[in-house]
Amino acid sequence: MQDLSAHLLELIRLASTDLPPDVEAALQQATQQEETGSAARGALETILKNVDLSRQNSTPICQDTGTPIFYIYHPAGWSTRQLRAQIETAVAEATRLSYLRPNSVDSLTGKNSGNNLGGKHFPSLHFEEVEGDRLTIELMLKGGGCENVGAQYALPDSRLSAGRDLSGVRKAVLDAVHKAQGKGCAPGILGIAIGGDRGSSYLASKEVLYRDLDEANPDPELEQLEEQLTTEANELGIGPMGFGGKTTLLGAQITSLNRLPASFFVSVSYMCWAYRRRKMTWQNGQVSYS
Amino acid sequence: MQQINLPMSDEIVRGLRVGEPVLLSGIMLTGRDTVHKWMIDTFIKKTRPVQGDDQEVYEAILPLLEGGVIYHCGPVVAGLETGDYRFVAAGPTTSIREEPYQGDVMRHFKIKGVIGKGGMGPKTLAACQEVPGTYLHAVGGAASLIAQTVERVLGVYKLEFGVPEAMWVIQVKDFPVVVTMDSHGGSLHAEIEAKSAKVLEELLARA
Repeated sequence: MQDLSAHLLELIRLASTDLPPDVEAALQQATQQEETGSAARGALETILKNVDLSRQNSTPICQDTGTPIFYIYHPAGWSTRQLRAQIETAVAEATRLSYLRPNSVDSLTGKNSGNNLGGKHFPSLHFEEVEGDRLTIELMLKGGGCENVGAQYALPDSRLSAGRDLSGVRKAVLDAVHKAQGKGCAPGILGIAIGGDRGSSYLASKEVLYRDLDEANPDPELEQLEEQLTTEANELGIGPMGFGGKTTLLGAQITSLNRLPASFFVSVSYMCWAYRRRKMTWQNGQVSYS
Repeated sequence: MQQINLPMSDEIVRGLRVGEPVLLSGIMLTGRDTVHKWMIDTFIKKTRPVQGDDQEVYEAILPLLEGGVIYHCGPVVAGLETGDYRFVAAGPTTSIREEPYQGDVMRHFKIKGVIGKGGMGPKTLAACQEVPGTYLHAVGGAASLIAQTVERVLGVYKLEFGVPEAMWVIQVKDFPVVVTMDSHGGSLHAEIEAKSAKVLEELLARA
């Protein structure tokens, strides 16, 4: 099997230092919408300057380079054990080169491993075998500030008068955005999962964040809800950094999964504006990035 | 835009109001979750015995914090292998986690400025009125840009807490912040929270 460590290092560098074009375009659009001279506009202008500078200097967009979350879609016959080892090598090297901050802390001793490795859940790796001969590796870096404002609701919720339907989902999500205020580094992007169990629901709410912002939801009803939620969340007026303003969310991505008759979970993963995700594709020895 | 040299006098602090953008220059200290807990447990509540280099570090940071600024930041630092440290990325972390500690830490160390993001709550706001102090909001995620205002890393304490959690002593020039909590009881965060709560109530009533 080919050693992909050097390519994986490049994938990590790109994710940490080069914001994807769909996110940058959304931030630019948001900047135009905020009033000239407002704190909201000032914050967005600073953000865009920082995005430029990080790309030019190949330095992390945000110092919290988060949990590296990898999804590996591999053809039959690839060794996931070897892929794991190569990813770990690349992650440690990326940390040494300051593309990643050492972020893996032993929860019992408080000790930082210093190289972003630790146990089988750090970094977070998800393998799936796919048809064909193409290997695709997607990486998202999700920071702690936004992860901390994620939320999970079990409907019905009497406090919100939220029932077990899309109207109830809407109420739960708006409540989560209000609770987050600016703490998750607004303007944010929401990954929302309806259904599942507590674990699968949260996982799906992250997986949906790999979608492009301008990609339509395959389900027209959910697409409509995504648009409605973004518009209504922006009516809250929390604004960039919680300074007040028109842009509280850049977008929302919704997915649904089957649930138990007894359970109706709504899971919200809040992604900060530094929506860092990149993809690497390998086919016949050729590697490309997007 | 107002430029402030650290440390700050009471008069300067009292003159700052919510909404005002400020450029800070001088020496400041980073400190976040582990540091705040260490300060409270070891020197304020004294529930943990002073041990190792605690006392030495305490005495070294006292003069740096008096009238000075603590920055909620876990930086990306280059030069870890050589000790020739340089800040590569250094934006603010979410401050609210320090809410249980911050007010007491400000009073004990006479800290006049807290830099972070997301704002803090009533306990910190009360300390801002007493000490007096102010909460200064940096732009979250603007890490490369803010790192460029860090001219020099003068030293580090408690590196065993890990790179993000250590106390880094830094010299900054024109570090950009906005006052979002002032010494007169003003808080932009409380204001936005209340306004958005009203809108949320209306939205929830809609369907």
